[in-house]
Amino acid sequence: MNFETTIGLEVHVELKTNSKIFSPSPVGYGAEANLNTNVIDWGYPGVLPTTNKGVVKDGIVAALALHANVNQHPHFDRKNYFYPDNPKAYQITQQDTPDATDGWIEIDVDGKKKKIGIEEMHIEEDAGKNSHGKNYSYVDLNRQGTPLIEIVSKPDIASPDEAYAYLEALRQRILFTGISDVKMEEGSMRVDVNISIRPYGQKEFGTKVELKNLNSFNYVRKGLAYEEKRQRQILMSGGKIQQQTRRFDENNGTTILMRVKEGSDDYRYFPEPDLPSLNISNKWIDDINSKMPEMPNSRRNRYVNELGLTEYDAMVLTQTKEMSDFFDKMIELGADVKMASNYLQGNVNAYLNDKQVDLSQTEITPENLTTMIKLIEDSTISSKMAKKVFKAITEGKEPEKFVNDNGMVQLSDPKKLQPIIDEVLSNNPQSIEDFHNGKDRAIGFLVGQIMKQTRGKANPQVVNKLLMASMNK
Amino acid sequence: MNFLNKDITSIHQSLVNGDITVEQLTKEAIENSKNNEKNINAFITIDEENAIKRAQEIDKRGINPDNLLSGIPVAMKDNMLTKDVLTSAGSKMLSNFKPIISGTAVNKMLDADTVSIGKTNMDEFAMGSSTETSYYGKTHNPWNLDKVPGGSSGGSAASVAAGDVLAALGSDTGGSIRQPAAFNGIVGMKPTYGRVSRWGLIAFASSFDQIGPLTNNVYDNALVLNHIAGHDEHDLTSSDKEVPDFTSNIDSGVKGMKIGLPKEYLGEGVSDDVREAIKSAADKYREMGADVEEVSLPHSKYGVTAYYIIAPSEASSNLQRFDGIRYGYRSENAKNLDQLYVKSRSEGFGDEVKRRIMLGTYSLSAGFFDAYFKKAAEVRTLITKDFQNVFQNYDLILTPTAPTPAFGLDENKDPLTMYMNDVLTIPVNMAGLPGMSLPAGFSDGLPIGMQLIGKPFDETTMYKAAYAFEKNTDFHKQTPKIGGDK
Repeated sequence: MNFETTIGLEVHVELKTNSKIFSPSPVGYGAEANLNTNVIDWGYPGVLPTTNKGVVKDGIVAALALHANVNQHPHFDRKNYFYPDNPKAYQITQQDTPDATDGWIEIDVDGKKKKIGIEEMHIEEDAGKNSHGKNYSYVDLNRQGTPLIEIVSKPDIASPDEAYAYLEALRQRILFTGISDVKMEEGSMRVDVNISIRPYGQKEFGTKVELKNLNSFNYVRKGLAYEEKRQRQILMSGGKIQQQTRRFDENNGTTILMRVKEGSDDYRYFPEPDLPSLNISNKWIDDINSKMPEMPNSRRNRYVNELGLTEYDAMVLTQTKEMSDFFDKMIELGADVKMASNYLQGNVNAYLNDKQVDLSQTEITPENLTTMIKLIEDSTISSKMAKKVFKAITEGKEPEKFVNDNGMVQLSDPKKLQPIIDEVLSNNPQSIEDFHNGKDRAIGFLVGQIMKQTRGKANPQVVNKLLMASMNK
Repeated sequence: MNFLNKDITSIHQSLVNGDITVEQLTKEAIENSKNNEKNINAFITIDEENAIKRAQEIDKRGINPDNLLSGIPVAMKDNMLTKDVLTSAGSKMLSNFKPIISGTAVNKMLDADTVSIGKTNMDEFAMGSSTETSYYGKTHNPWNLDKVPGGSSGGSAASVAAGDVLAALGSDTGGSIRQPAAFNGIVGMKPTYGRVSRWGLIAFASSFDQIGPLTNNVYDNALVLNHIAGHDEHDLTSSDKEVPDFTSNIDSGVKGMKIGLPKEYLGEGVSDDVREAIKSAADKYREMGADVEEVSLPHSKYGVTAYYIIAPSEASSNLQRFDGIRYGYRSENAKNLDQLYVKSRSEGFGDEVKRRIMLGTYSLSAGFFDAYFKKAAEVRTLITKDFQNVFQNYDLILTPTAPTPAFGLDENKDPLTMYMNDVLTIPVNMAGLPGMSLPAGFSDGLPIGMQLIGKPFDETTMYKAAYAFEKNTDFHKQTPKIGGDK
C-alpha cells in the first residue's frame, strides 16, 4: 500500500520590537527576573492593555512577506486558561480575525520548486516562564507580553524534506524583513508540528499526531521521518493511528508518547473587550509595501540573471539579509561582481566563522572591502598583499592609508620599471645569453634581481611582460 | 457636620470665606460618617489619617476660589484602585489588596483637590443590586434601615444620601450607579461608555463597566463629571471626544426638547407607585415646554437575558487572574497547583460571584458559544438599533430607574428576581448610552428614581433636562431621618 503524508506546521516568531505588545515594558533577554515588567504584565487588577502600533506594523510586514491578504479590521480575542506563567489567566491573541490569511511561500527541494500555502497568521502575546526550585516554584514575567506572530501552514507539506525546506524558506523571508531574529536556539522561532498519513486516493486526512521538543530544523526533519515510518508500519499491519502528542527524543531520533488526546482543549475564546478593533488603512499597507526589503528569491534571481553569478553563489550570498545587503552595496560602489562574491564567500565568511560574529559586529564595511578590491583590480596591490590588507581592515584600518603607510603599493608603471629592467639586464649579460641558449632558469634569476631592486614591490606580471619584451628585442 | 441637603457650591463658599477650614470640614465629615456607620455601613474603609493629612495640605496651599471641588469631602467605591489603601472590591479575595497605583478617575479627583474620606461598600466585584453580597457586611438604606440601598454602588449612594460626603464615585455595569441613586433619593450618572477611563477600575464586565458620580443634586453631578471625564491613553476604549463643561447653560430649560416615553418600560413588573411617578414627571416636562411622546424600544425586553450571558462571560475571564498565585487570597490547604486554584477560588469568592463565573464559563464553552454569547451579542446590536431609531426623532428618553422603590434586606433570595431589578437600566449599558437617575417621587417614605437616557456623549442635554426638573420639584430637598425619628 502506498501512503501520502500531510504535515502541518505552526511557527511562532518573536518580534524584536522595543516594547511589549500591550505594555510599555522593554522586550529583551537576560535581565534579572521580573525586571522588564510592569502592572500590565503582572495582570494587576484594574489595568488595561494598550496595543503597540509597531507590532501591528510588523504583522503587516510579515503578511506581505508571506504573500498573505491583510485583514484590515482584525480584533483581538482572549484565550482562557490557568497557568502560573499566565498572570491574567488569559492570553490576548487573534482567533476570529487573524491578522492575515491565505498566503504562500516557495520552497525548493533538490531543485524542485513548490508553493506551500499559509492558512493564516496572527499576532499574540507570549507568556512568562515558570521554574522550579527545591521548595518553591518561581514565575518570571520578563517574557510575558513579548509580541509573537504565529504562522499556520496549509496541508500542502508532503514530506519531512519539504517541511525542512519550508522552515528554511520561512525563516529566511522573515529574517529579510528584519522584524525578528528567527533563531531557534534563542527561542525567537518555535515550531509546533503535526503529521498524518493516508492511503493514496483517500479523501479524508489521517489521524493527526503532534510532535514536541523539536528544537532545530534538523530535529523537525528527523522527528517527522521517524513518525512517518512509525505510522506507515502501524497502518500496514492493520492498526489504527491514535490521536497523540509525542515527544522527539534527540538521543536516538525516535518519538515517545507523551499523552493521548481526546477531543480538544476548550479555551473559551471571545472578543477582547478592552481593545477596540484595529483599523488598518490601504494607505498604511501601501506605505509599508513600498518600503519592504527585497526578498531572498528575488535577490537570487537578480544575482543570477543580471549579475551573472552562479545559482550556488547567489544562494550563499542570500543566506542572511546582512550579507546580501552588504554585497549589493559593494556592487553599487563599483566592486567587481565576481571578486566581491568571492571575497564575501571566502575571506569574509571564514573570518565570521572564526570569530563567531555577525557582519555588523565587525569593522568590515562595503566601502573598505570595495576599496581593497579596486586596489587589486588596478594592480596597486597583489592578491598576496591583499591578505595583509584584509587583516588590517578587520582591525579597523583604512585600506588605502594602510597600503601607503606600509609602502605596499605595487610598482606597475612600465615607465618606472623599464629603467630598472634595463639596468639589471646590462649588469647581467651572461643571463641574457643563457636565456637565448634555452636556459629558462635565467628568467627567474633576472626577475629576482628586479624584485630585489624594487624591494619586492614590482608587479610580477608587468615585470614578466616587460622583461620578455626586452629580451626578445 | 453632615451634608444633608447641602451642595458643593455653598460649602465651597464657606471654605473660600474662611468660615471653616478643609481640615475642620474633613474631621466633621469623618465624625459624622463614623456615627452613621453604626446604622448604615456605607464604608469598607474610612481613611481618616490620609484624609486629614490631605486636608491639611490643601489648607496650607489655600482654597482655590476657581475650583469648586477643592477641599470637598468625597468617597470612592471600593473597586477603584487607591494607592496604598485597601481596595477589596467587596471580596474576601482582595481583603489584603493594597494597590501600588491609583486609577485614572481617582487621580483626577485628587488632582481636583477633593478629599476622599474612604472607600465605600459594594456588592462583591460589583455583582449585585443590593450591596448584600459584600464580604464586609450589608449596607442599609438611610431612608429605612430595613431596606437595601441598591447596588452594586450601594455604599457610595448611601454615603451621599446619609450626608457623609458631597459626592461619591460609583461604577455601573448594568445599573449599579443609577439604581442605588434611585433607592437613595440622589442623583447618579452613568456616562456614555468611553467617557470616563476604566484604568484602575477592577473589571467586572469590561464592555459595560463605566465610572460615574453620585451626588445630592444635578449641578454637583455635572461638576464632578467635568473633572473625571476625558480620554486616557491607558484605556483604548476611552473616547477622545472633547469634554464640554457640563455645567455651562445647565439652566437653559427644556423648551422644545423632545422626550420619548418608551411604553415597554412602564409595563408589567413596574409597580404602580413608580409608574405614577414617571407619568407625573412626564407631565411636569410637558408643563415646562418639552414634547413628551410615547415611543417603543421593542428589543429591550431581551436585555436582561442577553446581559446575563455577556456580562458573566466577560466576568468569568476578568476574574480568572484571582487564582491564588499573584493576587489576593491564597488557600493554605492546597497540596498542588490544581488544588491551589480550586481552593483559593472556592474559599475566596462568594456565592453570587461563583454563580456568575459559572454562567459565563458555560456560555463561552465550545459548542455553546454560538447559541449563547454570539446570540446575545446580536441581541445587543438590536437593542442598540432600537435606541438609535428613537434618537433620530428624540433628544432624551424618560423611564423609571428601577421597577420598585428599595426592597427589604434579605427579601430577594432568588437570583432571578434580583436580576430583574436591573431590567430598566441594563439596556442602556448594552447600548453604551449615558443614563442618569434623579429623584422623582416617594412611596411609603422611600424615594423613587426616574431615569433619563441620552444620545451617545450627550450628557449635556441630560443634565439640562435633569436640572430643569429638579428646579421645578422638591423631591431632592427631602432628607432621610437616619435611624428613624429619634
